[in-house]
Amino acid sequence: MGAIWTVLLGASVVAAAVNGRMGALTAAALDSAAKAVTLSLGLAGAMALWLGLMKVAEEAGLVRALARAARPVLVRLFPEVPPDHPAMGAMLMNLSANALGLGNAATPFGVKAMQALEELNPRKGTASDAQALLCALNTASVQLVPASVIALRAAAGSRAPAEILGATLCASACGVAVAVLAAKALARLFPAPAAGPEATP
Amino acid sequence: MIRAALDALSTWAIPVLLAGIPALALARGVKVYPVFVEGAKEGFATAVRIIPALVAIFVALGMLRASGAMDAAAAALAPVTSALGLPASVLPLVLVRPLSGGAALGVVGDVLRSEGPDGYAGRLASVMAGSTETTFYVLAVYMGAAGITRYRQALPAALLADLAGFAAAIVTVRLLLGGP
Repeated sequence: MGAIWTVLLGASVVAAAVNGRMGALTAAALDSAAKAVTLSLGLAGAMALWLGLMKVAEEAGLVRALARAARPVLVRLFPEVPPDHPAMGAMLMNLSANALGLGNAATPFGVKAMQALEELNPRKGTASDAQALLCALNTASVQLVPASVIALRAAAGSRAPAEILGATLCASACGVAVAVLAAKALARLFPAPAAGPEATP
Repeated sequence: MIRAALDALSTWAIPVLLAGIPALALARGVKVYPVFVEGAKEGFATAVRIIPALVAIFVALGMLRASGAMDAAAAALAPVTSALGLPASVLPLVLVRPLSGGAALGVVGDVLRSEGPDGYAGRLASVMAGSTETTFYVLAVYMGAAGITRYRQALPAALLADLAGFAAAIVTVRLLLGGP
């Protein structure tokens, strides 16, 4: 990640020099940094609401019940996670919120799942196979209802704003399938460093 | 009718959860209020914890766009991608989608306005935006929250999934909705 990040920054500076956009580059860098903070703090409310609700659901045994229902699929996708681990419940909530198109609600569950998986991670700070797969699943968008796109199409005067649903579903299923296969297949190409005390406290 | 059902589902799902979970928990004897506050505290801490990772990603992507590197990449790729059934107007979407959700919706809006929502380009842009995610943002938030700095196969797997989603969008739009 460090190399990619550095290359992105370097390429931007070179491109800005070529295009004579140095001033705009500086403004964009500072502006983006500010936007990142605004976004995180904006997320704090939703995050607090959903994690609060999640805790209530957990205490009531709801998360465990849901996770038990989805166990056959999850156990196969995440063989290294114990079936009763809290990460399973959080992952399930994350994936189902995504599928329903509840983007804002999906993120806190995903975050919770990542933190629970980190407890199982023998190499803190380096993604485990389960964490990499969960991220890939989320970036592949398991979304059934692309609400914002449909709204955009309606606003643009489409005769059938929702006609894209079938094609979107098929395309998104392909993305998800490739995410699972790639995360599993590439695991060996990106070996984790030996377990050690390099972890952050 | 399917659309009405989906609309109803997406407007009702959250309210039902908001009322249903506490009600069920209360019925099972959970001390609903303190438990909620305890969980919410954790949510706030998490939001603050992801700030550094988000700043790193956002700055890199903001610089990439402002420098014109993005436009240069689009210009260089256009001849190849048009031959693959990806109109020049939709190409920027492929480049921007993994980086910024807002910018991606902007590109979709632009295509819908200039080429019409019910043509090949408009449909393709819609399907592509609906079937992929803002990869770098998701990775920054998820990995940042768990304190992970080494992503291993997550990034290549996510980008491959994006690529597959885009390619599948071209195929499914042609098959289900009609070609250019």
